[in-house]
Amino acid sequence: MSRIYELMAAELSDKVRSQEVSAEEHLHSILERIDRVDEKIHAYVTIAREEAIARAREIDKKARRGEKLGLLAGVVVAVKDNICTKGIRTTCSSRMLENFVPPYDATVIERLKTSDAIIIGKTNMDEFAMGSTTETSYFGATRNPWNLDKVPGGSSGGSAAAVIAEEATAALGSDTGGSIRCPASYCSDVGLKPTYGLVSRYGLISYANSLEQIGPITRTVRDCALLLSVISGHDSRDSTSVKIPREDYLKYLISDVKGLRIGLPREFFGEGVEEDAKEPVLEAVGKLEEFGASCCEISIPAMKYALPAYYIIAMSEASSNLARYDGLRYGYRDENDEGNFDEVFSRNRRIGFGAEVRRRIILGTYALSAGYFEQYYLKALKIRTLIRRDFERAFKDVDIIIGPTMPLLPFNIGERIDDPLKLYMCDILTVPANLTGYPALSVPSGFRKSLPVGMQIIGKPFDEGTLLRVAYTFEQNTGYHKYRPPL
Amino acid sequence: MKGMEGDVKIGLEVHVQMTSLKTKLFCGCSSDYRGKEPNTLVCPVCLGLPGSLPVLNKKAVEYAVMAALALNCEISDRMLFFRKNYFYPDLPKNFQITQYDRAGGVPLARNGYLYLDFEGRRRKIRISRIHLEEDPGRLVHLGSIDRSPYTLVDYNRSGVALLEIVTKPDIRSPREARIFLQKLRSILEHLGIFDGGLEGAMRCDANISIAGGTRVEVKNISSFKEVERALSFEITRQRGLLEKGIMVKRETRHWDEARRVTVSLRTKETEQDYRYFPELDLVPVELKEEFIEKVKAEMPELPDKRVERFISQYGLPRYDASVLVSSKALADFFEEAVRLYNKPKEISNWMMSDLLRYLYENNLELHESKITPAKLVEMIKLIDEGVISGKIAKRILPKIIVTGKSPSEIVREEGMVKISDLEFLENLITRIFAENPKAVNDALINEKAAHYLVGQLMKATEGKADPVLSSQLIMKRLEKLRRERGIK
Repeated sequence: MSRIYELMAAELSDKVRSQEVSAEEHLHSILERIDRVDEKIHAYVTIAREEAIARAREIDKKARRGEKLGLLAGVVVAVKDNICTKGIRTTCSSRMLENFVPPYDATVIERLKTSDAIIIGKTNMDEFAMGSTTETSYFGATRNPWNLDKVPGGSSGGSAAAVIAEEATAALGSDTGGSIRCPASYCSDVGLKPTYGLVSRYGLISYANSLEQIGPITRTVRDCALLLSVISGHDSRDSTSVKIPREDYLKYLISDVKGLRIGLPREFFGEGVEEDAKEPVLEAVGKLEEFGASCCEISIPAMKYALPAYYIIAMSEASSNLARYDGLRYGYRDENDEGNFDEVFSRNRRIGFGAEVRRRIILGTYALSAGYFEQYYLKALKIRTLIRRDFERAFKDVDIIIGPTMPLLPFNIGERIDDPLKLYMCDILTVPANLTGYPALSVPSGFRKSLPVGMQIIGKPFDEGTLLRVAYTFEQNTGYHKYRPPL
Repeated sequence: MKGMEGDVKIGLEVHVQMTSLKTKLFCGCSSDYRGKEPNTLVCPVCLGLPGSLPVLNKKAVEYAVMAALALNCEISDRMLFFRKNYFYPDLPKNFQITQYDRAGGVPLARNGYLYLDFEGRRRKIRISRIHLEEDPGRLVHLGSIDRSPYTLVDYNRSGVALLEIVTKPDIRSPREARIFLQKLRSILEHLGIFDGGLEGAMRCDANISIAGGTRVEVKNISSFKEVERALSFEITRQRGLLEKGIMVKRETRHWDEARRVTVSLRTKETEQDYRYFPELDLVPVELKEEFIEKVKAEMPELPDKRVERFISQYGLPRYDASVLVSSKALADFFEEAVRLYNKPKEISNWMMSDLLRYLYENNLELHESKITPAKLVEMIKLIDEGVISGKIAKRILPKIIVTGKSPSEIVREEGMVKISDLEFLENLITRIFAENPKAVNDALINEKAAHYLVGQLMKATEGKADPVLSSQLIMKRLEKLRRERGIK
C-alpha cells in the first residue's frame, strides 16, 4: 500500500468510506510524495500539513463512528492560490499578498469541506492568474512534470502539475482565458472550465470577473465529474451564479457517442496552430467517429478578433479589480510610508506587483480612459457579442465543438516570457469559451515529442454533461489517462 | 442684470442615506453605524477583501423606486451598476459601485420634478436623475484635514445605501435651495426610508453659476442649514469677481464649515477620469411593471396630499398646513396632539408660534426637544380650564421643551397658578392707581391707555393675574372714577 497516493478520487473515497484505507495514511503517502518530488516541480506555494492531518483524522473518526461520509471522503485536493482558504494564506503568487490570510473560505472550499475532502495546500500560479506559463509567480516558476525544462502551462500550472505528479488527488484551478485548460493540456490532466455562472466565484480573487470560473483539474474524467458535482450549484453570495438545480454529473459517464455531431472550426486548425498540436486531436476525432459520432467543418469568423477583445476586456477589468491592493488594509506595505495617499499607494503597488501585472493594469487603465473607452473597451464588448453569435449559430448544427486546447506544444521555461505578444498568442484557442461563457474541457489526447497534447471540447451553456460523456468515451477507449510523467 | 437674484442658477446633487434599511447595500452588515466602535460593522464584502462579491439589497431597490415615484420620475426598466474608479482611502475597493447614465448605463430614474411653494409662488424644480450607490467609509482627522498628523479610517459606513438625487439648475437662490432640501427631506421621511435627524444622513454638492460666469461646483455641504450659507458665500464671491471683470474659473470648491468659506479643490484641467464601466459582479435587475405598480400602491401619504388634508380636515390656513408638513415629525406631532384634544386651531397656533420659534432660535430639531403631543395638549387644557393664563403658558412652554416636565408640575412647582382673588386684585389696583396718577388720568379720557394699567398689574403679579378678570376690574374702577369726577 506504499503507493496509495496514486489512487483516483472516486476509488479513494470509496476505500475511505469502507475504511479499507484511512484518510490519514493516504494523506501521509501524498505528503511523502510531495516531499520527494515537489523540490523538482515546485507546484506548491503553501502546504497546510497540520490542518490537513487534523482533517484526515476527523474524517477517519467519522468513518469509525459509522457516520455517513461525503462524496469526496479523504480526497486530497490542492487549491490554486487565488481561491480564499480560511486561515491558510492566499497569495495569488504575488508579493502583494505574500502574507494575506483570508478570514473566510470561498464557497467552493466550504463545499469541498462539507464533502469531507482535505485541503492539502495552495498551488503556484502566474501572479494574479495573469499568464499561460506559471512563470510570473513571485515564488518562482513551476516546472512541467513531463519535462522539467518546459513550462507546465498556466496560470493554474501548480494545480495541473501537482495532480499529474500525484502530489494531490485532484485540484481546483481558475480559468479566465484558458488557465485551467492550458495547464491541463500541457500536463496531461482533465481540466474543465464550467459554464459562466455554474460554479460560485465567491472567494475567487478576481482577475477578470466577467470571464472567469473555478473548475476541477483531475487525472480522470470520472474525478472531474465528481468534483464538479460537489462545487457547482447556486450560491446566494455570488449574484452571477445561476439558479439551476444541482446535478450529479457522474450520471453522464457513459461510453457512448453514437449520433453525436462534432463541429471542427476551421479557425482552430488554421494558421498559427502547429501540426503537433493538431494531429493528435484529429486522430482523436477519428476515434470518436469510429464510435458513432459524425463531424463537419464549421467556422467562427469572429475568432480573428477574439484575442485582442479578450485582452482588452481582461485587462480593463483587472485594472479595476486590482485597484484595492494599495497596502492600506492588507497586503504589501513598504517600510517607507512617506508622502500623500497617492504616493504611498503608488509605491506599494510598484513594489508589490510584478511586471506582467503592472503591464496589464496600465493597459487596462488606458483602455478604460476617457477618449479611448469607446475605441477599446466598448468595441471589445461588441466583438464579444459577435463571437457569442457565431457560437450560437454553430451550435444549431452541432452538439459539441472540438479543437486543440493549445496551438503549440509545451515550450521551454524562459522561452516566451520576454515577449508578451507571443505569449498572449498561446491563448488564442482557449479565450473564446471565456468570452462566450460556454463550458470547455481539455482531455489528454496523446503525446508528441514526449509531451502531452490536450483536446478541447466546447459545449453549449450548462451542457457539461455532454462534454463529460464525450471525454469519458474517448478516455475509456484510448487510455491516455493512465500515463504518468517519469519522476 | 448684475445684483439681481434672477441671474443665479443652482443645481443640487443630494446624497441621502436610506437610514431605514437595516443592512448595507451589498452585504448583510448593519447600516446603523452612528456611535459604534470603529470598524466593527464590517465583513469581507464591505471591506472589499480579495474574493468577496456584492449582492444587491432588494429592499433598497424598493425604497429607491418609492423615492423615484414620489419625485415624479420615469423609472428605468432595469437596474444596472457601474464602477466609478478612483483611489481614496475611504473606498476599500478603490472603486465605488454606483450607476451611470452613459456607456450603456441607465440611472434608476430620470426626468422628475418637485413643486415648491416659495414666497407666494409655485416653483417647479426638475429632477434630472436618481440613482443608487454605496457610501464610502469615513475618514477621521485630528483637527483640520490639512494639519492632522494622521488619517483614521472607519469602514462602518462603507457600503451604506445612498440615493443620489440630481436636480436641473432650476433653483434661483440659496433660500430656495434650503426650501427644496427641506421638502425633499419631508418627502423621504414620509416614505419612511430616511431619518433626516441623523447626522450626515443628507449631504449635498451644489453647482452654481451667475449669468455671464462659469459653473462652479461646491462640495461638502453637510446639511440644509449649511446649504444657504455656502451658496450665499459662493454667490457673493462670484459676483465680486464678475464686478471686477475677472472670469469665474470652472472648478470644484470645498465648503469649509468652520471658516464659512469655499476653497478651491481642483480646476477642470486636473479633474479625475473615473473610468466608469459596468459592474459585472452584479447582474441587471429587471424592474417589472407589476413590481413598480405594487410599490406605487403601497406608498404612504406624501406631504403635498397631507397639506391638503390638513386644510380640509382641520381647517388650517394653507401657510400653517405647509409649515407643519415641512417636517414629518412636526406633522405627526400635530396630528397626535389633535387626536388627544380636538382643538386643531389652538394646537397649530401654539406649534407655529412659540414651539417652532423656540426650536429655530435654539437651533434644535423637534426630536431633540423633550416636548410631546401629550404635554402640549395638557398645557392648552390648563389654559382652557382657566388654571393658567396664556401669558403663563408662554413662559412654561420653553421649560417643557428643555426639561420634559409636565405642565401641571411646572405650574405647581413655580406657583404659576392664575390669581383670581378679588380682594387681592382690588387692593393691588388701588396701589397701582395711586402710583400712576398720570396714566390713570390718560385712561379716564382714552380707553386704550388703560392697557398700560393692566400691564402694570400683570407685572406686579409676574403675569399670574387672571387677565380677563384684571381687565374687567380696572375698567370698573375707571368707570367709578369717571362718575366721581363727572367725566363722560
